[in-house]
Amino acid sequence: MLEFIQHLVNGLSVGSIYALIALGYTMVFGILQLINFAHGDVYMLGAFIGMYCARYFRLADNPSLGALLIAILFAMVGCAAVGYLIERLAYRPLRKSPRINVLITAVGVSLFLEFSGQLLFGSDPKFFPQIYRPSGDWSIGELRINPLQVIAFGISITLMTILQYIIFKTRLGRAMRAVSFNHDYASLMGIPTNQVISCTFMLGSALAGAAGVLVGLTYPKIEPLMGVMPGLKAFVAAVLGGIGNVTGAVVGAITLGLAEEMLVGYWAPTYRDALAFAILILILLFKPTGLFGSKRTEKV
Amino acid sequence: MKSIFQVSRNSKMSRKNQWIAVALAMSMTAISGCKKSANTVNGISQNNNSAAGDVIKLGEVGSMTGSEATFGTSTHQGILLAVKIINAAGGVKGKQFSVTSLDDQGKPEEAATAVTKLINQNNVSAILGEVASSRSLAMAPIAQQNKVLMITPSSTNPKVTEQGDHIFRVCFIDPFQGTVMAKFATETLKLKKVAILRDVKNDYSVGLANYFKETFVKAGGTIVVDQSYSAGDIDFKSQLTAIRAKAPEAIFVPGYYTEVGLIGRQARELGLKVPLMGGDGWDSPKLKEIGGAAMDGSYFSNHYSEEDKSPVVQDFISKYKADYGVVPDGLAAMGYDAVVILADAMKRAPTLNTEDVRKALLATRDFPGVTGKININDKRDAVKSAVVLKVENGVFKYQTTVNP
Repeated sequence: MLEFIQHLVNGLSVGSIYALIALGYTMVFGILQLINFAHGDVYMLGAFIGMYCARYFRLADNPSLGALLIAILFAMVGCAAVGYLIERLAYRPLRKSPRINVLITAVGVSLFLEFSGQLLFGSDPKFFPQIYRPSGDWSIGELRINPLQVIAFGISITLMTILQYIIFKTRLGRAMRAVSFNHDYASLMGIPTNQVISCTFMLGSALAGAAGVLVGLTYPKIEPLMGVMPGLKAFVAAVLGGIGNVTGAVVGAITLGLAEEMLVGYWAPTYRDALAFAILILILLFKPTGLFGSKRTEKV
Repeated sequence: MKSIFQVSRNSKMSRKNQWIAVALAMSMTAISGCKKSANTVNGISQNNNSAAGDVIKLGEVGSMTGSEATFGTSTHQGILLAVKIINAAGGVKGKQFSVTSLDDQGKPEEAATAVTKLINQNNVSAILGEVASSRSLAMAPIAQQNKVLMITPSSTNPKVTEQGDHIFRVCFIDPFQGTVMAKFATETLKLKKVAILRDVKNDYSVGLANYFKETFVKAGGTIVVDQSYSAGDIDFKSQLTAIRAKAPEAIFVPGYYTEVGLIGRQARELGLKVPLMGGDGWDSPKLKEIGGAAMDGSYFSNHYSEEDKSPVVQDFISKYKADYGVVPDGLAAMGYDAVVILADAMKRAPTLNTEDVRKALLATRDFPGVTGKININDKRDAVKSAVVLKVENGVFKYQTTVNP
C-alpha cells in the first residue's frame, strides 16, 4: 500500500511537468491546428536560460525560494521571446499555405533548436545549479516526499490556474477563443489575429520555460536533446486529453505520468517510453478526439 | 472590402515568404552539417609536411561530446600525453606518432562512420578507441574487415575482442570486473541481499550486471530485485521505489556516470541509505558534480587509483597534471596505456607491418603500465588487477586491489 502511494506521489510530480509542456501544445493546436514540434526544444531552452541565469546571478550561493522564482521568471520571459520569434519567423509566413508545409517547418525548427543548442551549449550534460534546497524530507513513515517535488507541483498548478484565468476571464482569452473558433470571422470582428496568435505562442512557451527550470532543479542534468522525449510525451498527453482542450491536456498529462510510473514500478521498466506511444496509437484508433475533445465539424 | 484586399495581398506575401522559409530551412541543414565536420577534425594538428615514410599514423575515435563526454576527453588527453612522451624520446623505430582524432558524439553509428573514415581516408595503421563497449562493438567489425589493428583502451565487454584477431584491449573484461565487485560485496562488505539496476540500452551495463549476479549468487547471496532503466532517462524513482520495497543491503548500478549521479540523488531522496556499487563507468569528475553528497559511501571497481605509490603511476600523474592541470581519471590512464603498449609492441616487432605488430602485441607479457602489470592473453584481452574505490566526500578513496 505504502509503495503504491509512493508511486502515486512520484507519478503526480512527473505528470505535472508533462502538463506544463502539454499546455503549450494544446493551446497552439487549438488556435492554429498546428502541432508545434519545436515546443519540446523551447522547454530545453528554458532549462538552459535558467542555468545561465543562476550562474550569472550566482543564485546557487544563496539558495532560496526567491532564487528559484527569479530563475523561473527569466526562463519564462526568455522562452516567451523565443516563442514569439519562432512564430514570427517560421510560422507566420506560412499562415496561408497548406498545413503540411507548416508541419514540416515545425520539425525543421525543432531540429534547428536542437542542433543550435548542441553548438552553443555543447552536447555534454550540464549540471543544473542547486538554487533552491528545501531542508529535510517530508516523510510519513516510509513514504518520502521530496519538498522540491511539492514546490514544483505547486508552481505548476499555480501557473495552470493563471493560464485558466487568462483564457476564460480576460479579453485576451476571449480573443484567443474567438481566433481558435474562426480566424477570418475573428479578424472581421476587429480582433488583431496575428497579435493574438503571437500571445498564444508566448504564453505556451513561457510555461515550457518554467517546466525547464523545475525539471533542471529536480533532475540536475540538462542537455540540448533533453526536450525531445518530454516533448513527444507531452504531445501524447495533449492528444490523450483531446488536443486543443486545456483541461484535457492537464488530465492527459497527469494520467500519462501516473501510467508510466505504475508500469515501471510494477511491471516492465523498459517499456516506459513505449507506453506513451502505445497510448497514442490506441487513442487515435478508438477515440481520436481524446478524453475531453469534442467533435468539430470540419470547416472549409 | 478592406479585408478582402488584405487576404489577396497576404497570399502574395506568403509566396514570397515561403521562399524565405525554404532558404531558412536550407541554411539550417547547412549549419547542422557544418557542425559535424567541425567536430570531427579536432585533436592535434597533423601537419601536411609529414611524409608517409617518417610517421606512424594513429586514428582515435572517442566521445568528445555527448552524454559520456568526459570519457572521450580524458582518454584523448591520456593518448596525447603518451604520444608526446614517445615522440620526445625519439619515437618508434625512428618514426614519430601522429594522431587523428574523430568525435563520435557518443553514438555507435557515428563511431562506425569515423572508423571507416580513418581507415579509408586517413590510412591509419592502428585505431585507438572507443571507451564504451557498445561503440567499440560498432567499430570492431570494420577494423577487422580492413585488417587494421584496433586497440580499445577501456571497453570491458567480452564481445568486443571476439569480433576478430585484429581487435585488442588493454583493460580487464567484465566477467572479471563483475566478479571483483561480487567478491567485494560478499567478502569485505558481508552483504547477503543486493538489488540490481541496469541500463538495458548498454551492452556494458547488461554484461556487467549478469556477471555480478552470477558470482554473487554462487557465493551465497541473493539478488532481491533486478530492475532496469534506459540511458537518457532522468527519473528513476519508480524503479527505486520498487527496489526500496525489497529492502536490499546495497544496489548494484553498473551504468555510466550521468545516470548514476541522478540515481544516487533520487535513492537518497526516497530514503534509501544503502551504498551503491558499480564499475569503471562511474569514473568521471561529473559523478561527484551530478550526484553530490548522495554518492558518498558508494563503491566501484576501476582500473587504477591515483593513490598508488608506484613510480610509474606517480610519474604519469605528475606529467598529466603538468599538461592538463587536473589529476587523471582511470580513462586517461587507459588511453595512455593503450598507446604505450602499442609503441612497445611496435618496438619489439621485426617490421612495422600489421601482422608483425599484431604478433608482438599478443606477446605482451608483464608490461608495467600505469594501470598495473599488463599481460595480453590469446583472446587479445588484458589480464590485470582491478582496484575498488570508495566515494568519500567527493574523493575516490582506494579500498583494495583484486588480482585475477
